[in-house]
Amino acid sequence: MIETLFFDALRSAVGPTAASYALLAVGLNLHFGYTGLLNFGQVGFMLVGAYGMAITVSVFGGPLWLGVIVGVLAAVVLSLLLGAPTLRLRADYLAITTIAAGEILRFLVRNTGSDALTGSVFGLRQFAGDFYALSPFPPGDYLGPLRFNANRLWVTLVGWGLVTLLSLLVWALMRSPWGRVLRSIREDEDAARSLGKNVFLFKMQSLILGGVIGAIGGMVFVLALQNLTPEMFLPQVTFFAFAIMILGGTGTVLGPTLGAVVFWFLLTGLQSGIRSVVDSGAIPGVAGGQAVGAVSLIAVGLLLMVLMIRRPQGVLGNREELRLDVS
Amino acid sequence: MSPDPALPTIPEGLRGVAHEPGVAKPDPILVVDGLRRSFGGVTAVDVEHLEIPRGLITGLIGPNGAGKTTLFNLLTGFDTPDEGDWTFDGTSAVGTSAYRVARAGMVRTFQLTKALSRMTVLENLMLGASGQHGERMRTALLPWRWRAQEQEVLERAEELLVRFRLDHMRDQYAGTLSGGQRKLLEMARALMVEPSLVMLDEPMAGVNPALTQSLLGHVKDLRDVEGRSVVFVEHDMDVVFDISDWVVCLAQGRVIAEGPPSAIGADPAVVDAYLGATHDHRALREERRRRREESGA
Repeated sequence: MIETLFFDALRSAVGPTAASYALLAVGLNLHFGYTGLLNFGQVGFMLVGAYGMAITVSVFGGPLWLGVIVGVLAAVVLSLLLGAPTLRLRADYLAITTIAAGEILRFLVRNTGSDALTGSVFGLRQFAGDFYALSPFPPGDYLGPLRFNANRLWVTLVGWGLVTLLSLLVWALMRSPWGRVLRSIREDEDAARSLGKNVFLFKMQSLILGGVIGAIGGMVFVLALQNLTPEMFLPQVTFFAFAIMILGGTGTVLGPTLGAVVFWFLLTGLQSGIRSVVDSGAIPGVAGGQAVGAVSLIAVGLLLMVLMIRRPQGVLGNREELRLDVS
Repeated sequence: MSPDPALPTIPEGLRGVAHEPGVAKPDPILVVDGLRRSFGGVTAVDVEHLEIPRGLITGLIGPNGAGKTTLFNLLTGFDTPDEGDWTFDGTSAVGTSAYRVARAGMVRTFQLTKALSRMTVLENLMLGASGQHGERMRTALLPWRWRAQEQEVLERAEELLVRFRLDHMRDQYAGTLSGGQRKLLEMARALMVEPSLVMLDEPMAGVNPALTQSLLGHVKDLRDVEGRSVVFVEHDMDVVFDISDWVVCLAQGRVIAEGPPSAIGADPAVVDAYLGATHDHRALREERRRRREESGA
């Protein structure tokens, strides 16, 4: 039974959902970990990426590549809309604006008025055909005990491929003078200004790039599920991404990836574990699927708390840096 | 040169300049006109006319709340005035954002030092260099386009670290530096911008006496070795009189006195500003004398 649990957890930890959350966290890490931008609405970028692609393909019958471009452009536009009024202000304003924007977007797409475009509460489907047509894998079972079918293997490979590519991009950028300016803004934007750096421009670039990475995460997420509904874009998605980033190590290149793997391993492992205990009737009074979901989230929360107390800098973070963070 | 370096004489450029507020100078680098800034009902800065001489050290003094830091903030683009005009190096700088002011060559430091804690001392300095190609997002991904320049920046930063005796801290986080070392770091970092006018907001505050001497030496070097203009705010009068070529005294936002250090200490307006109105000052002396006599009797 332990073996089944382990493979269930591993299946999820290396799966496409973990990859898309890793992408969300890579973007968030650029915002928060490197630039100090408090973006509480990463799910909003995920949403516009996913809907931008799905609407283009499923409603207008456009090709997949066009859908991807539309999704990316939607994230750029959202960054400009959010950033222009708030990036000149203190950090908390961006936080308030982004969390509100995420919710506004979700209500917009689930509104019956936008039914023709977004499918309102029913969402959209039939936009992933082009994507799976590109798969080189013949139908079958892959990866032994992980039991991936061909489609899941394809989207997983693409997802983690993108994580690798975009993490490399962040790595290359952060070791450049551009990255140095971003980190200086995180430390003290007035100091950066006093040295002649156009802080607003750098913050905007960071917001756009991190937002686009989040949008790509959204596309991977819905391509894996082959459908999308507004309820996939609840505010908690952002907070999962935050948990993943902090768990892995804020301001580290590999932190988001490692965080996503560990987070989904724990969440799925606990879910399966608790479900099998509940199914065996060992806990009187607790029955059914809903209770399992809630209890496993509580358990993950507790585990994260213990981890943060034992290792506040995350798995890959630098403890000395954390001690200096008093400003 | 003066025969006795301990007693600063009036530099050539300022000889014959009257010792009065708002006086015109032969070659000013910064000229301020009708600058006003109020917070609510309080007028923090109300400068009719002020000229800062080029290539010299100007001390800005005044009691707490005189508006020294507000004036700094206004001139460097960190605050916006209600009205007023000022030119830096002949160009109007009104409404210019802080980063453009710095690029134009007017670089400031802060009263409360702003060390970039979670960056190394070396990174703090390298950040200061202006016109870095690698700071453009697209070029950042093409290391061969900025590597040579980065090497130059590195060499310049290392020279400054040696000069400011911070080279042993090169790879430490700036957050681990002491208060005095942070002042040094901030001054060195400002120099990386290659400014023509350096604005130092209380560079000696909280620095131990031994380090003060070395900081003073650095400030003098800015003028003597590098030919930069310096404006600095300071409360320690010994320091002000030691290194300033010219002293401007601010009180309640206004320039109330100007002159060489030798003249400013005796200026009644300055004494008033620091110790209260003249008659209060006399009353205080009377009071002291009476007490002395009483205790002696």
